[in-house]
Amino acid sequence: MLKINAVAPKLPLIQNKTILLVIRYLYMILLAFLLFGVILLISKKDPIQSYRDIFTYTLGSSYGFSEVLVSMIPMLITALAVALPARVGLINVGGEGQLYIGAAFATFGALTFPNLAAWLLLPLMIILGMLGGALWAFIPGYLKAIGLVNETITTLLLNSVAPKIIGFLIFGFWHSALDTVKTPNFVPAARLPTFFGTRIHLGFFIGLVLLVIFWAFMKYTRWGLEMRAIGNNAQAARRNGIPLKKYLIVVMCAGGALAGLAGMSQASGFYGVLLLNFSMSLGYMGFMISWLAGGEPLGILLMSFVIAVIFTGGNLLQLTRGVPSSVINLLLAFTLFVVLARPSLSRGKKS
Amino acid sequence: MTLLAIFGVISSAIFSGTSLLYTTLGEVVDERAGIVNLGLEGVLLVSASSGFAVTSLSGSPYIGILVAMLAGGLMNMILGYLVITRKANQLASGLALMFCGVGLSALIGKSFVAVKIHSLPRILLPGLEGLPRLYTSLFKFDPLIYLVIPMAVLVWWLLFRTRWGLGVRAVGENADIAYASGRNPRVIRYQALFVGGMLAGLGAAHLSIAYAMNWTEYMTAGRGFIAVALVIFSKWHPLRAIVGALIFSAAVAFQLLLQSSGVQISPFLLDTIPYLLTLIVLIAWGGNRKHAAPASLGRVYQGSE
Repeated sequence: MLKINAVAPKLPLIQNKTILLVIRYLYMILLAFLLFGVILLISKKDPIQSYRDIFTYTLGSSYGFSEVLVSMIPMLITALAVALPARVGLINVGGEGQLYIGAAFATFGALTFPNLAAWLLLPLMIILGMLGGALWAFIPGYLKAIGLVNETITTLLLNSVAPKIIGFLIFGFWHSALDTVKTPNFVPAARLPTFFGTRIHLGFFIGLVLLVIFWAFMKYTRWGLEMRAIGNNAQAARRNGIPLKKYLIVVMCAGGALAGLAGMSQASGFYGVLLLNFSMSLGYMGFMISWLAGGEPLGILLMSFVIAVIFTGGNLLQLTRGVPSSVINLLLAFTLFVVLARPSLSRGKKS
Repeated sequence: MTLLAIFGVISSAIFSGTSLLYTTLGEVVDERAGIVNLGLEGVLLVSASSGFAVTSLSGSPYIGILVAMLAGGLMNMILGYLVITRKANQLASGLALMFCGVGLSALIGKSFVAVKIHSLPRILLPGLEGLPRLYTSLFKFDPLIYLVIPMAVLVWWLLFRTRWGLGVRAVGENADIAYASGRNPRVIRYQALFVGGMLAGLGAAHLSIAYAMNWTEYMTAGRGFIAVALVIFSKWHPLRAIVGALIFSAAVAFQLLLQSSGVQISPFLLDTIPYLLTLIVLIAWGGNRKHAAPASLGRVYQGSE
């Protein structure tokens, strides 16, 4: 289906590797859009008009662009929550659950101490959110470290449990007087500050800073080095005196803490309230982004931007063209398929 | 609590367990060939929606079931193309397949929400004709329920008593050695994925055509992921998958019983019981898990050029 690589000739003019890489990615995204265009045609929507809508909105208007950045925030952070454990060979598919529990812990802070000043309450909520995510990740991390159950499967199971706990908390204790599917709105002090008159909130900068910290941590610290050693060969690392079990547990918890932070930033920065089932696969999206980016910070930034454009544009299509909201998952899936299938422009060896 | 309530709960557990067992059997076949299909959720959704749509259009649930099976097989072919031919990462490809299924099923099912269909006939469990009508209505099952245990035996026979099954397991254990002994790992994996997808499609068909008899967006609600967990729970064995699905539906039934008997526990917490129970059993059986898993599960077969 995608075997265009056999036809396309080699491009000798372009030698620079980065340019080639960018062209390849653009080409892949173009392919994905072509595939989705077929779907749009089948459902009797004009694809060209739809795409023009998407791009003029997301990249052409400052409001649309700010919305792209807003939806980037949880993707950035959940992708980091996957990339960090991946460095020691842990596959954290549990971002979804950790995000929910983190949001619940943060909400607990917001609802219990509504009278605190923002400079005290927000850090408290961040810490609580990270704690919640870390505790949720401790279960799979510990079970993996003692060699009992594979972390992929435990995190998947716990993903199904976490939203139900949120439901229990909201219905049982936290729901607002008018509505049983959400908590009362957070007090202003419990909201992450927003910037530039848009919905971009502090979470965006937290995400960027975390990205830099992650990069520096892996490159310049002893722990980063040891983690890379574990990731390359766990048994060799253990024989060299690196405490393997401790690393597995701590790193998994750290990943969970990041996902919990993403949950906190969604609840506090984006919604300002804890909703039932608010995540809508953000955790899984983080996994995809991290995987597509090979766990590299810069790649995570780029991929979450691309996915955020697709998502914001998709929401627009839903409003203006009457496409069902979940159909945008198709465009996401096609992008992922094309990237996963790695078609190359040149006939040469695939990377 | 009345006897009727208990029977009612058992009956609904059988209904919900059936689709789960078919799906788990499908995943057993996939994983025996060495491929983890995390996109099962998406496969189920597409099968359920397309099966339902065709049933509604054609008026025949049997054609619907066939289409659902075919859709399941085809969805798995996408995964096959990515992980076998293009050698992509299995977990990531699976999740991409899940997103694809969520979107595609919404598109397919869009115009079939709240449509009524002719479902499968329901046949009373033999030997219960003497019961009062109130009870017999609970034990009228559709043919797919009666077929699920024979299907598990059939999958077992396929995997463990046929040449093809030997090939599938050989590829799942070590694709290179399977290749050296004259088998084509790629073809076998494609075949296993297609069979697995058809089984999953059968489960999805039961869910939308026979059990719920309607289509709602994201109606599978995590069944695909539960099936992936149940495969490990059943140690990659089709017959033990029956036990796994039974325990899971018993947990569902237990939770329904508690709810109907008016126990003061939040239904949300009760909903977590099946998952937690699965987790606990996994932990209890964890020690010798490694010996049961197909050795090259999740690995990419690079081929030998």
